[in-house]
Amino acid sequence: MRTYAIALFAIIAACNINAQDCNSILLGEIIDFHDNTPLHNATVLLTGTTKSVVTGLNGKFRIENLCDGYIELEVYHEECKTKLITVLIDGDTYQEISLEHHLEELEEVKIVGSSIQNKTNSALEQTLKLETIEQYSSQSIGDALKEINGVSSLNTGANIVKPSIHGLNGSRVLVLNDGVRMQDMEWGEEHAPNIDINGSGSIAVIKGAAALQYGGDAIGGVIVIEQPKFKEQDTLFGKTVINGVTNGRGGNISSELTKVFENGFFIKGQGSLKRLGDREAPNYILSNTSSQEKAGKINFGKLLFNWGFNVKYSYFESDLAILRASHIGNVDDLIQSINSQEPAIIESFTYDIESPRQEVAHHIGSLNFYKRFQGLGKLNVQYDFQKNRRFEYDIRVGDDANKASIDLDLTTHTFSSDFKWDSEYKYKLHTGVMGRYQDNFANPDTGVRRLIPDYKKYDVGLFLIGEYRFSDNLTVDGGLRYDYNRIDAKKFYRTSRWEERGYDEQFQDIVIDDLGTQLLTNPIFDYHNLSGTLGMEYQVDNSSTLRFNYALGQRAPNPSELFSDGLHHSAARIELGDLRIKSETSHKFSVSKEADYDLWAYSFEPYVNFLSDFILLEPTGVEFTLRGAFPVWSYRQTTARIVGFDASIYSNFWKNWSTSHKFSLVKGKDLDFDKALINIPAANFRNKVSFNRPKWSDFEISLESNYVFRQNEFPEDIIVFSPEQQQDVLLQINTTPPAYHLLSAYSKMQFPIGQKNQLQVSLTVNNLLNTAYRDYLNRQRYFADDLGRNFIVQFNFKY
Amino acid sequence: MRKKNIFNSTILSTTFLIVFTSLTSCSDDDENPEVVNEEEIITTMNVTLSASGVPTITLQSQDLDGDGPNDPVVEVSGNLTASTVYSGSIELLNETETPAEDITEEVAEEADEHQFIFVTSGSVASTAYNDEDADGNPIGIAFTLTTGEAGTGTLQITLRHEPKKPNDGTLADAGGETDVVQTFTVTVE
Repeated sequence: MRTYAIALFAIIAACNINAQDCNSILLGEIIDFHDNTPLHNATVLLTGTTKSVVTGLNGKFRIENLCDGYIELEVYHEECKTKLITVLIDGDTYQEISLEHHLEELEEVKIVGSSIQNKTNSALEQTLKLETIEQYSSQSIGDALKEINGVSSLNTGANIVKPSIHGLNGSRVLVLNDGVRMQDMEWGEEHAPNIDINGSGSIAVIKGAAALQYGGDAIGGVIVIEQPKFKEQDTLFGKTVINGVTNGRGGNISSELTKVFENGFFIKGQGSLKRLGDREAPNYILSNTSSQEKAGKINFGKLLFNWGFNVKYSYFESDLAILRASHIGNVDDLIQSINSQEPAIIESFTYDIESPRQEVAHHIGSLNFYKRFQGLGKLNVQYDFQKNRRFEYDIRVGDDANKASIDLDLTTHTFSSDFKWDSEYKYKLHTGVMGRYQDNFANPDTGVRRLIPDYKKYDVGLFLIGEYRFSDNLTVDGGLRYDYNRIDAKKFYRTSRWEERGYDEQFQDIVIDDLGTQLLTNPIFDYHNLSGTLGMEYQVDNSSTLRFNYALGQRAPNPSELFSDGLHHSAARIELGDLRIKSETSHKFSVSKEADYDLWAYSFEPYVNFLSDFILLEPTGVEFTLRGAFPVWSYRQTTARIVGFDASIYSNFWKNWSTSHKFSLVKGKDLDFDKALINIPAANFRNKVSFNRPKWSDFEISLESNYVFRQNEFPEDIIVFSPEQQQDVLLQINTTPPAYHLLSAYSKMQFPIGQKNQLQVSLTVNNLLNTAYRDYLNRQRYFADDLGRNFIVQFNFKY
Repeated sequence: MRKKNIFNSTILSTTFLIVFTSLTSCSDDDENPEVVNEEEIITTMNVTLSASGVPTITLQSQDLDGDGPNDPVVEVSGNLTASTVYSGSIELLNETETPAEDITEEVAEEADEHQFIFVTSGSVASTAYNDEDADGNPIGIAFTLTTGEAGTGTLQITLRHEPKKPNDGTLADAGGETDVVQTFTVTVE
């Protein structure tokens, strides 16, 4: 940098020799528009000449030997938009120039994504870059997120992948999709996020409830998906990604195009299509596992530095087949499936999507407006609308064969506004309000009693977060949030269930109609939740950082936890919610030590999460019907503790070679019953070695090993009476599958096409050795092995 | 500058207006939801066993709350007579509807996708199919039951949906999903 400055001064000096006899001096100061701080290292060019200067640490510059009259200056700073300014020179002149620094909204698309800002200061946070996201273009967002240490997934086969952060999933993981909190029935174990991974620019994961601006109930964490950012200049760019996938014999295509005008106006469109047939385990076809996805997005707006608006609409549709062999009749079928090592139904390969299957469509519309006030901060106002339509088809007979068993329509309106005071160097404040209305309609035409009732939900939230910088290396942050939730449901109960649950004693006043065998009730529940966070970030030295964070999170029960009652046909289990369930509370303490040296880097992140009134769903027994006996899964609340750590090491000791090592461990305990918590991911160890040679058309090749240990801590199996065997048998419903080891490989090359275009070709091989394995957190582990070897060829064309 | 402010407040007030109208327009459906009475549920299985010269015996398993918490109620009308060939028939009903819906008809219509599997023990000596589907495979709505010597025995009746057809008459070979399963304990005298 210094040599650059010296060189520039030399040029200036050279120019001075040629200068005419004009003697005026321009003294200037360049400041940040945003917080009025001086901008160092900005270049000021006198247009039409080669005369240029660079500002010093105080943001000041000086140009001598100017003639009186108007001159034009071009001011450039690497983090700002270049500005042209006309100045009247009248003798020695002083001029202040403000530049738009901190281009949050306007950041250029950087392939490496290094410009991504953290969402929190002190919490455990990690971001997936565009490059990684593109690598997972043919898979789901849940698959990509597993790249982040501490993130696992709860699967239903390969198609339904629900992210789980530090052992917690579902309603405890908040997904923020391009500024909109997803309301897509995240409560169900077989409900995956309705998001197309293509079209995201970065995905950040905050492990815990510390990001209060998004919600106080993210006890597991927050996933923040953002669009790629671009610079406010006249451009037209886009990309097309095409994947061919062997396992499933299909692929996908995704294409996007963005047009930006000089005045900040932009318009962007994106679309994806995906089609896969039956997937394959190493030894057999996983019959009825094909899938089809369509997604589209259009957005336009004006993104200037000091104000802007953004109008978005996105659509996501998926039609997913669910493993035929996982649709079982009763507990005897389940015993048979667990004992037999192969799925009960194996047919030849097909692209057909038959029952059992899911069909989900999700619409998001949002309007966003922001305005920045000089020397103060930024105001943000947003309205968003979401509509989630879900059909679940079971295997049914007769006239009902093609009728959905579940038909839900969830509509959500959210209004939010926040203000961020970020003009001071020492402190920052962020405050906001949120109001939400949600309506769920369960269509009675299914002919199946509703699993989730009709309800209306009202949410109000308020938050205040602050950050104070004590010194250059110590920052402290804290925040508080209050949330009010009201749920007003209309729910039918079987009279026998109502009495068996003891509701007739406690809730008789909410019965509004008695239909003989069924009761119509009107539960109205209010929840007041308080969440907070306190943390610090300490820069130990130039290469290492220490963070500490405490987060208090509170979450109101979701409709499934409150109201589930009845046989979930696709899972062959009776699920029972409980009206008495109250909000759960989490106290999470986390520490992180990160260091980044020239040749290696590491991070170590231990955490402990104390949960009171933790809501969990686990098998508790069986109930008998004429169809046989069914396992009963009941929701209950307990005191729990989740403790674990994520550790990673990265090395780059030899030129072109790098290695990365990640280890993640979680332990969950039910303290009230002194036993293991259900669905806690097993420890896993990932090691990767990469060779990278930019000279050979950006050639990269890597080999990754993923060792997943056996989860040794799980709740006890249950003993059930088998009507078929006419005796009590042990149902190994909780027993975990053995450890497994998977190898995968990845290679890519990049070629320029013409002046500006690029083509990247890559090959990924998953499960290289075609290992047969089952994963504890796959709900289909009772029925079939997981996916076998898969080759993915990708063409990524950027223009 | 002033012009810009007016523009901004227009955007703001439009947003508010949209929010307000959408909120109010959605809260007008205060009617009660429609009740769902399950259509396909089988609440009752009636088995009639008759033979000439001996009393007709009926076996019933009834679970009126379906997947509710109550267990099925099993009733056997009397004792079977030893060393007799009974002719049996099965009736499946959905009694949550009035009048009760006869599910046996649906099974008969989709006979190629259904089969009753019989498992006997003790004094219930054997069973045999007395009907067949379009492909010539057994269904089991009509069957014969042969009793052995006096004593107790069990008769387990399972209706399988989408079994392998033909099969060897065992549950393991038939596969498919269970629609109905009930074991009756009977006395043979």
